[in-house]
Amino acid sequence: MKPARFDYARPATLAEALALLAQPDAAVLAGGQSLMPMMNLRVARPALLVDINRLPLGEITLAGGTLRIGALARHAEVLASPLVALAAPLLPQALAQVAHAAIRNRGTLGGSLSLADPAAELPACMLALDATLVVASAARGERRIPAGAFFLGLYSTALASDELLLAAELPAAAPGWRFAFLEVARRHGDFAMAGVALALGPNAARLALCGVEAGQRRQPAAEAALAAGDPAAAIAALASTDAMDSPELSAAHRRHLAQVLLRRALAHLEAADAAA
Amino acid sequence: MTHIGQPLPRAATARLVAGRGSYLDDVSARGEVHAAFLRSPYPHAGFRITGTEAARALPGVVAVLTEADLAAVCQPWQTKTGSAPGMVSPPQRALAKDEACYQGEPIAMVLALSRAVAEDAAELVEVEWQELPAITNLAAALEADAPPAHQGLTSNLAWSTELKGGDIEAAFAAAALVVEDRLTFTRSTGVTLEPRGVLAQYNPASQALEVRISHQMPHQLQRHLADLLGVPLGRVRVICPDVGGGFGLKMHVYPDEIATCAAARLLGRPVRFVADRAEALLSDIHAREHIVEARMAVDAEGRILGFDVQDVQGLGAYSIFPRSSTTEGVSALRSLGAPYRFSAYRGRLRSVLQNKVPTGQYRSVGHPVGIAVAERLVDLAAAARGEDPLEFRRRNLVAQAEMPWVNPLGARMAELSHQQCLAKLEALLDLPTLRTEIAAMRAAGRCIGLGFASIVEFTATGPEGYGRAGVLVAAVDTVVLSLEPSGEVTARASISEIGQGTTQGLAQVVSDALGVAPDQVLMGSGDTATTPHGGGAWASRGAAIGGEAAWGAGRKLRAEVLAAAAALLQCAPETLDVRDGRITDASGPRMTLAELAETVTFRGYELPAGVQPQLTVAHHYRREQDTALTTNGFQASLVEIDAETGIITPLRHWAVGDCGRLLNPLLVEGQVRGGVVQGIGEALFEACRYDETGQFLSGTLADYLLPMAGEMPDITVAHVETPYSGSVLGAKGAGEAGTAGAPAAILNAVNDALAPHGASVSELPVTPGVVLRALGRLA
Amino acid sequence: MLPPDEPTAAIACTVNGQAIRTQVPLRRSLVDWLRHDVGLTGSHVGCEHGVCGACHVRVDGLVVRGCLMLAVQADGAAIETIEGAADALTLALQQAFFEKAALQCGFCTPGMILQAAELLAANPAPSRAEVREALSGNYCRCTGYQPIVDAVMAVGAALHAK
Repeated sequence: MKPARFDYARPATLAEALALLAQPDAAVLAGGQSLMPMMNLRVARPALLVDINRLPLGEITLAGGTLRIGALARHAEVLASPLVALAAPLLPQALAQVAHAAIRNRGTLGGSLSLADPAAELPACMLALDATLVVASAARGERRIPAGAFFLGLYSTALASDELLLAAELPAAAPGWRFAFLEVARRHGDFAMAGVALALGPNAARLALCGVEAGQRRQPAAEAALAAGDPAAAIAALASTDAMDSPELSAAHRRHLAQVLLRRALAHLEAADAAA
Repeated sequence: MTHIGQPLPRAATARLVAGRGSYLDDVSARGEVHAAFLRSPYPHAGFRITGTEAARALPGVVAVLTEADLAAVCQPWQTKTGSAPGMVSPPQRALAKDEACYQGEPIAMVLALSRAVAEDAAELVEVEWQELPAITNLAAALEADAPPAHQGLTSNLAWSTELKGGDIEAAFAAAALVVEDRLTFTRSTGVTLEPRGVLAQYNPASQALEVRISHQMPHQLQRHLADLLGVPLGRVRVICPDVGGGFGLKMHVYPDEIATCAAARLLGRPVRFVADRAEALLSDIHAREHIVEARMAVDAEGRILGFDVQDVQGLGAYSIFPRSSTTEGVSALRSLGAPYRFSAYRGRLRSVLQNKVPTGQYRSVGHPVGIAVAERLVDLAAAARGEDPLEFRRRNLVAQAEMPWVNPLGARMAELSHQQCLAKLEALLDLPTLRTEIAAMRAAGRCIGLGFASIVEFTATGPEGYGRAGVLVAAVDTVVLSLEPSGEVTARASISEIGQGTTQGLAQVVSDALGVAPDQVLMGSGDTATTPHGGGAWASRGAAIGGEAAWGAGRKLRAEVLAAAAALLQCAPETLDVRDGRITDASGPRMTLAELAETVTFRGYELPAGVQPQLTVAHHYRREQDTALTTNGFQASLVEIDAETGIITPLRHWAVGDCGRLLNPLLVEGQVRGGVVQGIGEALFEACRYDETGQFLSGTLADYLLPMAGEMPDITVAHVETPYSGSVLGAKGAGEAGTAGAPAAILNAVNDALAPHGASVSELPVTPGVVLRALGRLA
Repeated sequence: MLPPDEPTAAIACTVNGQAIRTQVPLRRSLVDWLRHDVGLTGSHVGCEHGVCGACHVRVDGLVVRGCLMLAVQADGAAIETIEGAADALTLALQQAFFEKAALQCGFCTPGMILQAAELLAANPAPSRAEVREALSGNYCRCTGYQPIVDAVMAVGAALHAK
């Protein structure tokens, strides 16, 4: 299928882009790796495509203990970035499992976070890494949203329709913290049937799941158990997640996988510790 | 013979690796318009098209057509076959009339200056829908209160039959052991990477229709287009350019393709239709939807006594035209247990109409189903007897001395090499070592399984098959050769090329038959205007049937060449030979083929009186015996199951096969490996799913999972060569055996892995959910 | 041909080194434009939803899904298709695919070769598993993948030997 008609604009400045996004039925075109398939299937029919690929939003910087990844950073760039490997080692673990090389050449961090696909890896990583998302609109200027308040549900975020995600800011990995991203997928590069993003620190933990609940969020009960040094309780806590139910993948199936993956993630970190 | 049997690369692929192929959508016609179809969103609905004005008014729209428009130029068709007497399959039209019987059935078409605009306009066609009760679930379709798939039908049973031989009651009464299982097979589909497509042009002045189409058999389609559109056969030209995969999918009569040709006839301008992937998954034939309940009787010595089988097969809304979807059910029953000696068989087939797209012949038609069922029963019997599964098989395989073997179904098998294939497989596997490795992996907590499958595949169907059933499918082929003045040989074959490499194999045959280098043989196929009528590509027939035609043509041309050369050289033809493009005698080369052809073509005065060399010859081949050529083989699969996630990883796969003489082992191995992976896909990934209301759920390649490089194992391939004694070359079919046996080998491997956990599965594809439920980890 | 009201935009880019300035319909994908308007039919359309990889082309040196980029986005870019890819890796891969029968119908082959070339440029000595992983976004329905892996490994080994 071919897309339904749309208008197209390619702003050269952020201000221009934000002005365009204030128009009705405008959609941001970044990497296009999710939007274009939906448009080709005519599931998405924006009136106006705002192509932000010319905006200078792809930078990756590390300063003052904060890793800032621009929304237009391509998956392949984030995956290969030494700064990211240093300050957010969870991300390369996850990105190696995101889609395929050609998709990673085009797909962007901002696109993945803005779409909030429940099965996507990067939202879970942002939650587990305690990211802050920087967004802007013409009407209200810039605001900063903690990841926990950004992801609201199935394909739903705190981004207003006139807002653009500019960057993700992540506190650089603190000493003593360890990270694991594990997922189960039918085939290499497929969206996760279930995945866990885990940051484990001294008496603290941050845990998020993908592919399990419709809206990605931290798992406070499991985190508390992990912080208290009770992994069994943490795994048990995942039995009460509000998992999605679909014909091919039941809620019970997703919860089961989440539990298996958390146990494996913990074992993985333990083995890494033992090796170190 | 110097080139037959050599692993030569396929000449034609030099174009394809360079991106210089010519597939259907690579060529356009001036003034063409693009078609898009409005398809039923419902599995079953009455409808009335109430308005096409808005669609017509859209700038760029050329026409909006409905059934009423096409009826003027296009007849309906109905599937009838002597192989399934009394079958109920309602007439089918290029565009549905009043009632849509499957989701995706085309009900209107829009022609516009671009595909995008045609799609825009299709959304504007106004339709009043009356949803009707739909039946999609196979198990429920025969229940008394099931809604009929077509209004007015009293039952969804399209056809039933019973194949039997021997005394089945006595066999089961005498059995020391009876094993049984119920296996379910979810629909899968071919997914050629190039979707179906057609570019049709009608010249009203010459009343001639020219159709370029991605299709496996140009001549079959030519005949149907002539019949349906009322154009004399000789004025219908069908051209199949490079075809991006066939697998049986591109050999049926599809409503959208016929509608495109009809529209071209109505409009008098070129019309292009290329299916997008979503509509391909929705409208291409599906295949292999079966529920099979089967029992096998075994005596106290572990000998198979008989099979008792009930197969319910989903047809979809129509039995596919022209071959009939029932063929798959019959083939499943025929292939079930075919490698083994047994004395009684009863197979009951019920073929059922449903509100789904029709099923049809797809690579290895029916065999994967029948073989999976039989091989599962064989493993169950071996396990019940506490016996090695290969020992059980070895005892029951039909021995060479017993052949030709006619089993109780009347299936005749000859020149099979079960024992040699088994021995070769055991050697390849290094079974004692492999068993030790498996034991060690299991001891380390890994869930590992090894599975086997023994295969008989019925290939290269002869004229007895469809011919006797009254279905217009050619089982004969012809090759025409011309010696060009350059010394090159142009060949035109009614066999067609769909990527399997048949034309390379035929070039090697011509090369040896005539005495020229293979690269001097320029193969042409896939065009009704340039090739004689013949069967095209189906049933793994290229080498066995096309090869014989090529050989015969090559020998005829050689005789002509020798006679002409003898006349020029004033010697006896018997003293001459043709080697590497040169005519030689005992003293060495005397002239080249180019010199001879130049003389004949441009300097005919040099020839003696009465000598009329025929440098263009044709050879037609019809096999006079053996309805099909049986081939045999073994496969083995080693899999690992992650018992916590249910993910199955094929680790290794082995395939040993006997397809008679190998024309080109590189091509045969390509067929085997590709076929095996298609079979693994069927076993582990591929499924056409529907929800409870009959809505299709597998409409994109993100939903319909194909096997990809990351998950597939390396496949070890070996051959046993038992040439078919009834032909010159002795080749049999090679294109489908990989697909035939892989699902069974995988299913058995999975069950071997699960057995220590007290679990088993009887469902394809074996998804992670199926595994976890079998292990009791999921409810 | 286009209806009179189809929205278009002007673009200027290079395709296989040739500078082009033209109008493109806004909703035409890069691969459709290359195939139907530029006449480079070597990259194919297998799904239009970014799954199969048959549409691969290089944009500014990176392999991308041609069905998920709009032609209008090619403005200012350097586009390369299989027909124009004349780098040594691509040529060696084409020869190896030919020799090892790493294709049957050939529909996936151009996309597959471009992806393999990108892999070998970054990792000249990949393992079989790495080749399989790198090609996991390219469907082949004919070969079962093994001869493709063989061909890529052979080119990798030849590179290594140099």
